[in-house]
Amino acid sequence: MSKLKDASIPTIPFGARVSRWFGRNLIRIYATLGFTYLFIPVLYTFAFSFNDSGKSNLVWKGFTLDNWKNPCGAPEICTALGNSIKIGLLATIFSTILGTMIAFAIGRYAFKGRSSSNLLIFLPMATPEIVLGASLLSLFLVFQINPGFWPTVIAHVMFCISFVVVTVKARIASLDPRLEQAAMDLYANEVETFRRVTLPLVAPGIAGAALLAFSLSFDDFIITNFNSGTLKTFPEFVYTAAARGIPAQANVIGSAMFILALLIVIAGQFVGRKAKVSK
Amino acid sequence: MSNIFSRVKTPYLLLLPGFLFLFTFFILPIVNLAQTSTQTPIAGGDTGQYEQTLQFSNYVTAFTENKEQFARSFIFALCATIVALAIAYPLAYVIAFKAGRLKNFLLVLVVAPFLVSFLLRTVAWKQILGEEGFVVPTLRSIGIISDSTTLTSTSFAVIMGLTYNFLPFMTLPLYASLERIDPRTMEASGDLYANGFTTFRKVTLPLSMPGVVAGTLLTFIPAAGDYVNAAILGSPNTKMIKMIGNVIESRYFKIVDYPTAAALSFTLMAAILILVTFYIRKAGTEELV
Repeated sequence: MSKLKDASIPTIPFGARVSRWFGRNLIRIYATLGFTYLFIPVLYTFAFSFNDSGKSNLVWKGFTLDNWKNPCGAPEICTALGNSIKIGLLATIFSTILGTMIAFAIGRYAFKGRSSSNLLIFLPMATPEIVLGASLLSLFLVFQINPGFWPTVIAHVMFCISFVVVTVKARIASLDPRLEQAAMDLYANEVETFRRVTLPLVAPGIAGAALLAFSLSFDDFIITNFNSGTLKTFPEFVYTAAARGIPAQANVIGSAMFILALLIVIAGQFVGRKAKVSK
Repeated sequence: MSNIFSRVKTPYLLLLPGFLFLFTFFILPIVNLAQTSTQTPIAGGDTGQYEQTLQFSNYVTAFTENKEQFARSFIFALCATIVALAIAYPLAYVIAFKAGRLKNFLLVLVVAPFLVSFLLRTVAWKQILGEEGFVVPTLRSIGIISDSTTLTSTSFAVIMGLTYNFLPFMTLPLYASLERIDPRTMEASGDLYANGFTTFRKVTLPLSMPGVVAGTLLTFIPAAGDYVNAAILGSPNTKMIKMIGNVIESRYFKIVDYPTAAALSFTLMAAILILVTFYIRKAGTEELV
């Protein structure tokens, strides 16, 4: 067998072998290029967080750790970051609570109006952000509410709810109903079954939904820009600074958030795997 | 039973707070927007003061004055959706079928770039493609582009930015539907003498259609309404490459012409909803809702 193989290889010309290798690995090569495309701006942002840039961070001027040592060095940047974190946390809490309740209603009960409820959840996701932001601003203006912190929180809760519902609903749908039946068979009442069986099983879905809500809120620009008035969030800071060239500290904060989020995702995967093993 | 509510009421009670919120801050604003869109300025009033006159002329002016931007928004969004599909499908395919033990790792890699702020990524592209970046001088030195050609403030840059920024919305639904395909269906197709291409066309692609539909919608809708990519990658230029989002934004903030802005927003939403309904009918998937 091996003799046959040895004998057959030299008979295939080099060019044909190369093209065969490409043919076989074409999709892998393509995927590698795809990943490269995905990571170019990330690597750029990370690299330029170490740039000894002065005010505008456009040209590479040399390596420094100063930006990382003093991330609040650029004016207003940390106020903006603080606003984004506060708004993000509040929006996450409210949207996770409201969304989880809706997810349980839709995922667990058959009731009249269930399909129109699904539609109401789908609609905000199918509406362009600019329409959501603009319409909400119009409403606030009618009621003479000034744009600012709380209008922004309300706007974020509004667009995060649907994403929470979809995420939690998917988790509820994947539950084995026999687990709850077993709890009932063992004389747990409804409340106990919910607290000790259903909720712990759905919890990872709720945690995932909360993380998603926070990242959506933290990263939102369009809806925020309509409803924040004079308040500035981190994306708004970057947008205004973009005209003159953003300070390297923005790259530091972006890179730090990236690393933090990546660690959370990896930790989540790790915990998930452990939970599977212990089952 | 300790539960004081009857089972019939429970789902409605669970829905109540969330739906009350969505009614007040989603439905009501949209209704109000429709109302604003038919108002006209009060004669002799200050800027920003309007009265309800039920005029539909706003729609006519909004549309005729911005035909070009409407068309551009939909063409850009369509281009971005097609390019994103071409990039995301092989990525999702490799992760679903070829990654083996690396599956979860690659999935994290696909999402990871989007943990860097959307604005920062767009600004990064602006700088990479800009005059001081490394791409333009390289292309010039090989002679692919002439010395006067720029990459930023072009339609190319805007479409590329749209493609990049909405790529995870394409990749994740595609992955989810590809991952659900039983690989044995593809093996069976091979056993029946279908070649790789035929297997893909007749087995893999049809089975992944729900993902394709969801992914294209989730990319197209935000791309059509976006104005950030055009504002950052389509400028600075004597004439900024404006999408409809840029027009709405400037109507609100610079011109303070709420009725026209509302009419524009409403037209955009209606156009998207019609396109989406038509597309879902055509593609034959009801799994989304």
